[in-house]
Amino acid sequence: MPIRALIIDDSSVMRKIVTRSLRQAGIDLSQVLEAGNGAEALAILQESKVDLILCDINMPVMDGLEFIKQLPGVPNAKDVPVVMITTEGSESHVVQALSCGARGYIRKPFTEEQVKDQVIPVLAGKQ
Amino acid sequence: MTSVDQVRVVRGDRSDWAPLMELATREVFAMILGCQLTIPETGVEGSFDATSMVGLAGKLCGILTFACSAKSATLMATKMLGVAADEGSREVLDALGEICNMVAGNFKNKIAGLADGCLLSVPTVVTGKNYSLHSLADVAALEVRLLFEGMLIIISLRTNS
Repeated sequence: MPIRALIIDDSSVMRKIVTRSLRQAGIDLSQVLEAGNGAEALAILQESKVDLILCDINMPVMDGLEFIKQLPGVPNAKDVPVVMITTEGSESHVVQALSCGARGYIRKPFTEEQVKDQVIPVLAGKQ
Repeated sequence: MTSVDQVRVVRGDRSDWAPLMELATREVFAMILGCQLTIPETGVEGSFDATSMVGLAGKLCGILTFACSAKSATLMATKMLGVAADEGSREVLDALGEICNMVAGNFKNKIAGLADGCLLSVPTVVTGKNYSLHSLADVAALEVRLLFEGMLIIISLRTNS
């Protein structure tokens, strides 16, 4: 079933790479929304519903961890799964992201297979 | 509190880090751009009018720079986007900044004690050749030279002692 995804990254090039990786991983995207930081993403989610959120951590204005903390307050998005995609690879960052509510964690640089391994189970509700 | 092992890593001989920097760079190009970097022969020269920089703070303080030609930067953006990028465009600058960010992150994640204790700045990209970089970091640069599609790229790390 086609899904709507929101991709949050301050790099427009990375947003396009993530979109392409999702498609190459076999995920059927009916719509892709993009935001350059957490605040932009929260504004988009006030108006739009999505099925999946992929979010960077290090971003200006509002970072990914602050975004995920504020997500439960958005009626359209409180149950939407979030997968973090970031250069921060430490165990403490992973633990922090997961404790804030993230359902998956992908380290940059990533392969198509790593995207598939993290996103497919999340969409299937297995994690 | 910093452990003895972590201190040893941070104060260690940084020439040992060159293979890790090379590996970190090669992985970014293989995974994100879908291409293999090669080792340049001695004496190969390049043009460096596009430079991206990422600051490091915490257990390792300094700056990582990624320098290449405008032509290389445009080709990197084209490979990342999957469509032709225009030289000097916002997308090319964005791509160059993101490559530097991923190299810096991938590099620090390979060194014990740094993944947790070293933060990265948002990348800055400088275009043109007529500039000098004066980093307050005081240890000589660790430098890795590689070829991207036959064009020289240089990755440098300057750190505080």
